[in-house]
Amino acid sequence: MTGDAGLTTVLLAMFAGAIRVSTPFLFVSLGEMLTEKSGRINLGLEGTLVFGAMSGYAVSYHTGSPWFGVLVAGVCGSVFGALHGFLCKLPKVNDIAIGIALMLFGTGLAFFFGKAYIQPSAPRLPSLSFGAWSDHPGVRQALEINPLFLLGIALAVFLWWSLKNTRYGLIIRTTGDSAPAALALGIDVNQVRLLSTMAGGFFAGIGGSFLSLYYPGSWTEGLSSGQGLMAVALVIFARWNPIYCFWAALLFGAAGALGPALQSIGISRGYHFFNAAPYILTLFIMIVSTSRRRSLKGAPGELSITK
Amino acid sequence: MSRFEISRRTLLQSSAAGLAALSSTSLARLAHAGDLTVGIVYVGPRDDFGWNQAHAVAAAALKDVPGVTVVEEENVPETIAAQKSMESMINLDGAKLVFATSFGYYKPFVLDVAAKYPDVEFRHAAPLWTDTDPKNAGSYFGYLDQAHFVDGIAAGLSTTSNKLGFVAAKPIGTVLRNINSFLLGARRVNPDATLQVIFTGEWSMPVREAEAANALVDAGCDVLTCHVDGPKVVIETAESRGIKCCGHNASQAPLAPNGFITGAEYKWETIYKLFAANLAEGQPLPNFTGGGFDVDFVRSTPYGAGATEAAITAADAARAEVKSGKPIFVGPINKQDGTPLLAAGASFDNYDPALDQTDYLIEGVTGSIT
Repeated sequence: MTGDAGLTTVLLAMFAGAIRVSTPFLFVSLGEMLTEKSGRINLGLEGTLVFGAMSGYAVSYHTGSPWFGVLVAGVCGSVFGALHGFLCKLPKVNDIAIGIALMLFGTGLAFFFGKAYIQPSAPRLPSLSFGAWSDHPGVRQALEINPLFLLGIALAVFLWWSLKNTRYGLIIRTTGDSAPAALALGIDVNQVRLLSTMAGGFFAGIGGSFLSLYYPGSWTEGLSSGQGLMAVALVIFARWNPIYCFWAALLFGAAGALGPALQSIGISRGYHFFNAAPYILTLFIMIVSTSRRRSLKGAPGELSITK
Repeated sequence: MSRFEISRRTLLQSSAAGLAALSSTSLARLAHAGDLTVGIVYVGPRDDFGWNQAHAVAAAALKDVPGVTVVEEENVPETIAAQKSMESMINLDGAKLVFATSFGYYKPFVLDVAAKYPDVEFRHAAPLWTDTDPKNAGSYFGYLDQAHFVDGIAAGLSTTSNKLGFVAAKPIGTVLRNINSFLLGARRVNPDATLQVIFTGEWSMPVREAEAANALVDAGCDVLTCHVDGPKVVIETAESRGIKCCGHNASQAPLAPNGFITGAEYKWETIYKLFAANLAEGQPLPNFTGGGFDVDFVRSTPYGAGATEAAITAADAARAEVKSGKPIFVGPINKQDGTPLLAAGASFDNYDPALDQTDYLIEGVTGSIT
């Protein structure tokens, strides 16, 4: 295989990987972004993601409708969000600690109820073919796009626009930047945070249902392998900007595809390093983004990590 | 060994004697010599379509043996949790035989617990036991490469691009051996066949396994197989991309109704039942048990829709040959870097200890172990 052909294969695989793998990152990071914009951190989204994956698969299996599964996954996610929002409302409760507790709770609960769904095969989400114009099978395969991916893009644009331009966006941003100011404006801070966390959980649940209902497309207990946590790091990288969340999610997806793609064209030395690319990227991003001068730009003032 | 035999017999005799004198005490648990509690520790869920399921199927078969009680714990990580799980099976459930089914349980956990409970038998599912380890510990293992060789025969006759794909977890000896045997099978019937390997680096990593399977299909492979804990994702990806596949560990036939050819499966119940019978009769357990088709420790999954008549005939013949002891590794075979492994006419016996030390891939395999 010539070098050029190899490079094309890798780039194509990274492009395809970005589209295939990025959707859960995108949904979880958008959810986390919204929650953090309101002034709370919800680390429990990893648990929400796993529970969403399980509940979406289970509902799709029982009802035969994968889209209903996606909806139920979102609703389950918002229930977890509501739990987080409610607990954090209580005095002297730390949102990070609650988040970790909910992460373990969500994962454990998903494993408990998910036992029965490892074996059966549930209907999957369909994909839309955008590659009909190309003769190249790789391009065609890469352009098999799931509607949830497109929905995620629309959601990112919508959140970006509405945070900036609408009254609700202003309320959320005010709550996140200064609770006393929000109180002075007559905003119910806890209510705003509760609703933001619930919406965030809804998105994360949908992200989970993508994992089990589309790619890789089955429910197993190792399904998430930390993607929910990486998405939280991704929000910081994306400077709490929904559009950047989208690009960051694509970057993480492409990084995840790098290891297998390089091995498939015969560059297999050091595959551990390439397989670790998403995690190395996370670390690198955290280091870069905590640089002293830039760390506060875009960060909600009420977040306990920036206080 | 001999010291152990005596203690085992003494134990069984005393428990039988105890029945008369102490039937109302806690010794009643050992009411007759046939009663046996077996503990099984799994690293993942019992229904993962893979490694753990293969053991769980055997555990279910063991439950049907009269007088045998099976206690199980799943999702036990390869940490001190494994030791705690084994100790609770011994202390709370009265387990007299413990199967530790994951590679990383052995050192130090099985060794520590074996030293602590000398009257309990421990068997670990990987060929790791040596003479210096406690005598109440041991290894049992199925030589799955024999079944992968048979898969390879069927795969070699099923490919049209002559490119086969293999999604592998980690480059350890047993995995490399399965990869080599798979290609040897394919080349036996199709000398042009090549095999591309992608290592994921983890035993269970569904998203990366899916990426690896897709990358192999994109690279032109038209038959996939794998060696990861749960082959579900790889098999389903192969099926959704419209290519054929061979299974691993347990039966994945239902996952690929169109493209499934056959699969390499363990048949642990042969070993489990053997051990239970040995204990019931007061016989010592072997410290090291291993085998393939000849002793019924491995099997091939029944053929799926992807198997052609030619593939079935050739695979059946190959299985019979391996069963009768005909070698898989027949020269000339070169290693990947071109250095000779076996000269023309030379061969390794299927149980040659040299094969247990496999740290190379053979010529024809694309992929690196470092």
